[in-house]
Amino acid sequence: MEIICIVCPNGCRLEVSGEGENLQITGNLCPKGVDFAKAELTAPMRSLTTTVATVFPAFPRLPVKTRGEIPKGKMLELMTKIRTIVVDNPKKVGDIILPDVFGTEIVATAELAI
Amino acid sequence: MTDKQIDFTQSVSADGAVKLNSFTAEKSYDILVLGGGPAGLAAAVSAHESGAAVLLIERERKLGGILKQCVHDGFGLLRFKERLTGPEYAQREIERFIATEIPYVLESFVVDISHNADGNYTVCTQSAAGMKSYSCKAIILACGCRERTSRQVFIHGQRPAGIFSAGTAQYFVNIQGTMPTKRCVILGSGDIGLIMARRLTLEGASVAGVYEIKDMPAGLSRNISQCLNDFGVPLHLSTTVTEVFGTERVEAVAVEKVDERMNPIPGTREVIECDALILSVGLLPEIELANVLKIPIDPATKGPLVDQSLMTQAAGVFACGNVLHVNDLADWVSVSGETAGHGAAAYCRTPRAFSQSAVRLEYSKGDFLYALPQYLDPAASEPLTLFFRSRADVKGKTITLSLGGEKAAFSKKYRRLIPSEMEAVPVKALSFGDRAQYSIEMR
Ligand SMILES: Cc1cc2nc3c(=O)[nH]c(=O)nc-3n(C[C@H](O)[C@H](O)[C@H](O)COP(=O)(O)OP(=O)(O)OC[C@H]3O[C@@H](n4cnc5c(N)ncnc54)[C@H](O)[C@@H]3O)c2cc1C
Ligand code: SF4
Repeated sequence: MEIICIVCPNGCRLEVSGEGENLQITGNLCPKGVDFAKAELTAPMRSLTTTVATVFPAFPRLPVKTRGEIPKGKMLELMTKIRTIVVDNPKKVGDIILPDVFGTEIVATAELAI
Repeated sequence: MTDKQIDFTQSVSADGAVKLNSFTAEKSYDILVLGGGPAGLAAAVSAHESGAAVLLIERERKLGGILKQCVHDGFGLLRFKERLTGPEYAQREIERFIATEIPYVLESFVVDISHNADGNYTVCTQSAAGMKSYSCKAIILACGCRERTSRQVFIHGQRPAGIFSAGTAQYFVNIQGTMPTKRCVILGSGDIGLIMARRLTLEGASVAGVYEIKDMPAGLSRNISQCLNDFGVPLHLSTTVTEVFGTERVEAVAVEKVDERMNPIPGTREVIECDALILSVGLLPEIELANVLKIPIDPATKGPLVDQSLMTQAAGVFACGNVLHVNDLADWVSVSGETAGHGAAAYCRTPRAFSQSAVRLEYSKGDFLYALPQYLDPAASEPLTLFFRSRADVKGKTITLSLGGEKAAFSKKYRRLIPSEMEAVPVKALSFGDRAQYSIEMR
């Protein structure tokens, strides 16, 4: 089976064979590829990047991301939560926008200066 | 520096009234950097650090360039050893730039450049406050790229509303917060289209599919994986959109499979209902200002021909970032900005013309889509960073760079080379030997 490693832009094509003890992963340029392939086979995780609404007409959307990763299957569910947020005060990069989501938090990725 | 002075010119408007336009001639600088994206920011900082008096000019309200709307991550792994989103990457570059206290002007559109008899350049900008002109010894073009539009793609049918580029869709969704479609078809598998397939899906739209006329995707494989496969958006290769239906707004499109010669195969036509057709058919360097100065362009990169300090064939005019060629990583854009910044500062200390003895890069067009810098000039001091793209998807090839007939300046066996992924080769020591030669080979 082939898995594309998405950890960095190299996008290594990982070749996965065997199972359990005999699991073999080749094609990775660095060790992160092995961890990625293992996670893909068991519990795939993704970071989510999106934007949230603001009350400021000159800056209607604030870019945000999950600080860590969330289960791949939870992205759309998290989006419905994020869609209810409206930011109404200035933010700096890294400020928490929504705490406690699937073991991580949503943070601002741009500065919202008024 | 010269004092501020005001010149007036006359113009006659449509109703026959004579109008006085004021041109405020501002201070003169060593270097003007045109564009405040990652290329321009890095160029301005390195030119400033090399001792030049710099002014940066940006047409938008904020610095950061196109990265402001690229809210996804994958930036900065080379430059910051961290995985950043576009706005985070931009923020770091902006903070570095602001800390240097280099002067800059926003909401100023560069409309004209002229080369004066004394060798200096005059740059004219337009802003809400009117026209202004600046004089300088050197210019760094950092205006980015533009998207190929529907005019550059041939499709039958009317031109209803609802046909737009992936970058425009990105601007609507990420900057304005408006949804431009409920159900769309994406034509072309460029990275921005793939990223928008995911973005639109996350925001609740349905993406019927990505259609690519070639038999190979144009975008990075990681984007096929995380933007299409993760969300079950199908990718159809060797397939294109041949007709658009709808009078006011797009109502449907027809797609057809194509043969090796890219001609539609009869009997493969399928009509897909949608309210938008999003084009992701590639980017082109923004060379409007280079054209004003009649700077020679490389038909392969579609950007100016440059030497290793990134000086174009117009003495004192440098180019970096996506003006030079379309980069796939912002990190390399910043690197080229630094090269141009150093190069332009060196030029201000010791002006030089594009050398007659500059050596042209030789490569096989069958093996490479393009390679640059196209010239190596013994008079230019910058170290060489060579960029290239392979023409085909190849495995196990060795790339060899030869300089001055000496033994390989660089040689590396690549596991795989594909057209969508640019390769960079930094070469530290430049030595020409006595034979002028500059070539790369793929074997
Ligand atoms: C829609 C789009 C999406 C992209 N997405 C990605 C991505 O996800 N990842 C990636 O790595 N790369 C992406 N790219 C490529 C991206 O352009 C580069 O990574 C990088 O941002 C280019 O930097 P730059 O400084 O060369 O150009 P830009 O960031 O485009 O900056 C050019 C600046 O010049 C200004 N300018 C242009 N003309 C004038 C003028 N006449 N007067 C004054 N100012 C002017 C513009 O306003 C702009 O701010 C994308 C490109 C586009 C067009
Ligand atoms: S294996 Fe390492 S080098 Fe290859 S894509 Fe993954 S993180 Fe990048």
